[in-house]
Amino acid sequence: MTYILKPKMHHPELPANARGFTRRDYEGRVSTLCAGCGHDSISAAIVQAAFELDIEPHRLAKMSGIGCSSKTPDYFLGQSHGFNSVHGRMPSVLTGANLANRDLIYLGVSGDGDSASIGLGQFAHSIRRGVNMCYIVENNGVYGLTKGQFSATSDKGSKSKKGVENTESGIDLVALALQLGATYVGRSFSGDKAQLVPLIKGALSHHGPAVLDVVSPCVAFNNHAGSTKSFDYVREHNDAVNRLDVILGRAPITADYAPGTVTEVIQHDGSTLRLRKLEESYDATNRIGAMNYLQERHAAGEIVTGLLFVDPDATDLHDRLGTMERPLNTLGTKDLTPGAAALAKINEGLR
Amino acid sequence: MKATDISGPDYFHKVVDCQYACPAHTPVPEYIRQIAAGRYTDAYMINWKSNVFPGVLGRTCDRPCEPACRRGRVEDEPVAICRLKRVAADNKGDIAALLPKLAPRNGRKIACVGAGPASLTVARDLAPLGYEVHVYDGEAKAGGFIRTQIPRFRLPEEVIDEEVGYITALGPVMRLGERVESLKALLAKDYDAIFVGCGAPRGRDLDVPGRKEGAANIHVGIDWLASVSFGHIEKVGKRVVVLGGGNTAMDCCRTARRLGGQDVKVVVRSGFDEMKASPWEKEDAMHEDIPILNFLVPKEFTHKNGKLTGVVFEKVAPKYDDKGRRSLVPTGEPDQHIACDDVLVAVGQENSFPWIERDAGIEFDKWGMPAVSAKTMQSSNPKVFFGGDAAFGPKNIIWAVAHGHDAAVSIEKFLSGEDVEDRPPPGVSVVSQKMGIHEWSYDNDIANDQRYKVPQQEKAIALKSVSTEVELGFDPLLGFKEAQRCLNCDVQTVFSAPVCIECDACVDICPMDCITFTDNEDEADLRHHLKAPALNLTQDIYIADGLKTGRIMAKDEDVCLHCGLCAERCPTGAWDMQKTLIDITHAGSACRSK
Ligand SMILES: Cc1cc2nc3c(=O)[nH]c(=O)nc-3n(C[C@H](O)[C@H](O)[C@H](O)COP(=O)(O)OP(=O)(O)OC[C@H]3O[C@@H](n4cnc5c(N)ncnc54)[C@H](O)[C@@H]3O)c2cc1C
Ligand SMILES: Cc1ncc(C[n+]2csc(CCOP(=O)(O)OP(=O)(O)O)c2C)c(N)n1
Ligand code: SF4
Ligand code: SF4
Ligand code: SF4
Ligand SMILES: [Mg+2]
Repeated sequence: MTYILKPKMHHPELPANARGFTRRDYEGRVSTLCAGCGHDSISAAIVQAAFELDIEPHRLAKMSGIGCSSKTPDYFLGQSHGFNSVHGRMPSVLTGANLANRDLIYLGVSGDGDSASIGLGQFAHSIRRGVNMCYIVENNGVYGLTKGQFSATSDKGSKSKKGVENTESGIDLVALALQLGATYVGRSFSGDKAQLVPLIKGALSHHGPAVLDVVSPCVAFNNHAGSTKSFDYVREHNDAVNRLDVILGRAPITADYAPGTVTEVIQHDGSTLRLRKLEESYDATNRIGAMNYLQERHAAGEIVTGLLFVDPDATDLHDRLGTMERPLNTLGTKDLTPGAAALAKINEGLR
Repeated sequence: MKATDISGPDYFHKVVDCQYACPAHTPVPEYIRQIAAGRYTDAYMINWKSNVFPGVLGRTCDRPCEPACRRGRVEDEPVAICRLKRVAADNKGDIAALLPKLAPRNGRKIACVGAGPASLTVARDLAPLGYEVHVYDGEAKAGGFIRTQIPRFRLPEEVIDEEVGYITALGPVMRLGERVESLKALLAKDYDAIFVGCGAPRGRDLDVPGRKEGAANIHVGIDWLASVSFGHIEKVGKRVVVLGGGNTAMDCCRTARRLGGQDVKVVVRSGFDEMKASPWEKEDAMHEDIPILNFLVPKEFTHKNGKLTGVVFEKVAPKYDDKGRRSLVPTGEPDQHIACDDVLVAVGQENSFPWIERDAGIEFDKWGMPAVSAKTMQSSNPKVFFGGDAAFGPKNIIWAVAHGHDAAVSIEKFLSGEDVEDRPPPGVSVVSQKMGIHEWSYDNDIANDQRYKVPQQEKAIALKSVSTEVELGFDPLLGFKEAQRCLNCDVQTVFSAPVCIECDACVDICPMDCITFTDNEDEADLRHHLKAPALNLTQDIYIADGLKTGRIMAKDEDVCLHCGLCAERCPTGAWDMQKTLIDITHAGSACRSK
C-alpha cells in the first residue's frame, strides 16, 4: 500500500467514454495489497473494461468473499454497489441479490481459496443454477491473506516458497465451470491486459453465468522457481487459443483476416464478440471440444488461455424460473398484497 | 528506439524543465523544497550561487522557467517560481558568513566595463579567487539598468543596494563615475583580460513629422525612466501616450500614472497578443487603468504654437501571405488622432559602442554588433570578453548573469593557459530518496492547489508614489503553499530492467499514464502507441531494454508528477526515486582541467 492518495490529476489526453467518465472515474481506493500483486493488475483491467463498456457505476454491484483477492472490490469501481461477504459465500449472496434485483450487472470477485476450497459448493451451485454474473477467480494457487498455504488450485508437484512439494491434485476451475454448465468460460493472466480486458468486457456483457479464471501471481508467497503460478512460469507455458475483441453494437469487420480465422458471436445485449483464432483447431462454441482440449494441454503442462467457451443463446436463472421482470424493490403494496380476489383466483387454480 | 543513456547529466537535467530553461540553470526544485521547509537562508544561497541577484530577480525576472514548468502542463498554471525566490530573499537570515572566503590576490588584473548585472557577476565569480577586478561605470552607483531603468515600484532601491553590496564586499575595485572612453587605452593598461558589460544603452527614436516641433514633450523612454530614477523628472502631463509594446513601454506608462498622468494610453503597431511585454506586465498596466490600443501606426506628431498636441495614427490590419508571414496593411479607415500632453517613445533599444575603436582588434558585423562566441563569450580579441546586453543585444538580467558566469569561466581558463572552448561539465550528485517502504526524503504527496496570487498594495496607495512597491510578496504561509505545488522534477524516476518482473504494478498505479511496457518501434510510431499518446515532442521518452519478455519500458517524461507511486508499488525496487542535483560549474579550480 502507499501512504499518499493517488493524485487526482490525470493525463491531459485522457479520453472520456460515452457517459462522460474517464477511466480514472472507475477507480476505487488506493490498494492495500502487496506491491506487485497480480490482483492489482486485475483490478486495473476491471476498471478499463467498465470504462470501455460505458457502464454507469450505479448500475453495477461487486460482490466478494474473503482473501486478498476478495479485498480488491474496494480498489475499483468506487462509485458502485458492493458487498463483502464471509469466506466462500459470495456466490449465495450474489445469487440472492440477483434474484431481488435483476437490473444490475453482477460482478463476483473471489480467490482460489475462496472459490475452490471453502466455497467450492457455492461456486458449483451458482453456476449450475445459471446466475447471470461475471465471476472472476483471482487464482494465485495460495491463500495469500493467511500467508501462503497451498490452495486447492495448486498444481500437484508444484513447490511452496520454502520448497515443500504439493502432493494433492489441483482443481481446475475452468474444467469445473465447463462441466457445470457455465455459458461463458475464459482463462487469462494478470500480466496480459491485452487479453484480459476484452475477456472481462465479454463476461460483463454476457447473459448467463460467465466464469473467468485469472492466474494472478502472489508476489509475496507464490512467485518463485517451482511455482506454477509465477510470472515466469505462466509466461513460458501460456497457450492462448484466441484473441477476443468486444464490440459494442454491430460493426463491420474492417481489418483483413485470413478466411476461417475470425468467428463472430452476437450476444443478447447486442454486443459482438469477435474471436481471432490463434490455435487453428480450437472452436470456442464447442463445450466438449473445449473440455477435451483443456485436458490434453494440461497433461502437456500448458496453461490454456483465451475465451474457451461461449454459448450465444445462453439463458439465466430468471429465464428458467420465469420470475417477474421487475426488481423487487420497485414493487409497491398494491403488487405485494393484491387482495382477496387475487387470492381466491390462486386458490381456485389449485383446486 | 535506442535505450536512454542516463549515465551523464544531460538526460535528467532536461527533465528538470525549470532548471533547464533557466539561463543560469538555477536548481529550482532544490530551493523550492528549502522554502517549504522554512530554510530561507539555504534557499537564498542556492539562488545566490546560481543567479547572483535573488532579491532583484525574485521581483523582476523575465522567468523563462515558468512557461517551461511541468506544473503548467498538468494543470492551468506553472509554479510561481520567480516570486518564491523573493520569499527566500525576504525571509532569510544574515548571510555574511556564507559568502565566499577571499583567496589571496593571484596577481592577475581584470577590467569590467559597466557595473550592470553582467559585470557584477564576473566580479563576484573572479574576485574571491584572487583576481583584482576593476569595475568601471560612468554612473555614481553600481547596478546598471537594474538601478537606472527598472522603476522603484517594482524594485526598491534597498534590494539593489543589498545585493550589489554582497559583491562589492568581495573586494573588487569599484571605479564608479569613471566612464571608459577608449578600449585601446584600456588595453594599453596592465589588465590581463577585459570584460565588456556596457549594456545596450540607446533608446530608439521615432522620426515622423512633428518630432522636432513637439520635442519638448516627446521623450525617449529609457532616457526618461533614467531621469525619473535619478529624480530629475518628477512630473508628467495629465494625458500621456506611450508608443511601443515592450516591457519598457509598460514601465513608462505605469511610471507616468504615478507622476500625474491620469489619462495614460499605450499604443502599439501590431496586435495585443504579439506584444513583446510579458503577459503579467500587461496585466499590471491594465489593472492601473491604462488601456492598450493595437494596430495603430504612428504617422505624425501634431503641435500648435510649438507645443505638442497629440499623435496621428494610421489604422492597420494584419495580413498573411501564403508562407504565413505577416504584414500590416492600412485598413483605409480614417486616421485616428489621440490628443495628449506628453509622448513617451519606447519602441526599442539599441547597442552602441562609441568608445570601442574599430581598429582595436574587435570585429563588428554590419549591424554594429561585435563578433562574440555564444559558448565562451570571447570576442575576436582573445583578451576581450563580452556579456549581457552588450554581447547579443538587449535581453534581460538573468541572461546577463548567465553570460557573466560563462565569461568568468573563460577568463579563468584563458589566464590558466587552457582552451576556452573546452567547457567544464556540471557537477552532478545522484541520491536515492528512499527512506522506508513508503517513505521518501522528499514530500511526494501532490498538492492540488491552484497558483496563488502575490498580494498587492491597494491601487489608490500604489499610484501615489513611484517608490511605493506594488507587490507585497508572498508571506511565509502563502510561500509554503505555493512551494508545495512544485512537482520535484529533479527527483527522477530511475529504472533498472534486470530486476523488473513486468508485473504492471507501476503501470497500474501511475496517475498520469506515463509508463508502458511494449514492443520496440521507431520513436514516431511509439509515441502514438503508449498508454497515453506522447504528443509533446519537446519531452523525451525514457527507454530501457533488457526485460525478460523482450519488450521495452517506455516512460513519457512529459507530465510525470514525480509522485514516486511507481517506485512505491514496485515489488522488486526496479524503480527508484533519485534526486539528481545538477550544479553548473562556475569559475574556480573545478572549471579547469588541470
Ligand atoms: C525599462 C527597462 C526595464 C527593464 N526591466 C527588466 C526586468 O524587469 N527584468 C529583467 O530581467 N530585465 C529588465 N530589463 C533589461 C535589463 O535591465 C538588462 O537586460 C540588464 O540590465 C543588462 O545587464 P548588463 O549588465 O548587460 O548591462 P546594463 O544593466 O545595461 O549595465 C550597463 C552599465 O554599463 C555602463 N556603461 C556603459 N558604457 C560604459 C562605458 N563606456 N564606461 C563605463 N560604463 C559604461 C552603464 O552606465 C550601465 O550602468 C529592463 C530594461 C529596461 C530598459
Ligand atoms: C470461515 C473462514 N475460514 C477461514 C478463514 C481464514 N482465511 C482468510 S482468507 C483465506 C484464504 C484466502 O485465499 P484466497 O481466496 O485464495 O485469496 P488470496 O488471499 O489468495 O487472494 C482463509 C483461509 C476465514 N477468514 N474465514
Ligand atoms: S499476499 Fe500475495 S495475494 Fe496477498 S496481496 Fe500480497 S502478493 Fe497479493
Ligand atoms: S514543478 Fe517544480 S521542479 Fe517541476 S518544472 Fe515546475 S518548478 Fe520546476
Ligand atoms: S512518479 Fe511514477 S507514478 Fe508518479 S507520475 Fe511519475 S511515472 Fe507516474
Ligand atoms: Mg489465493
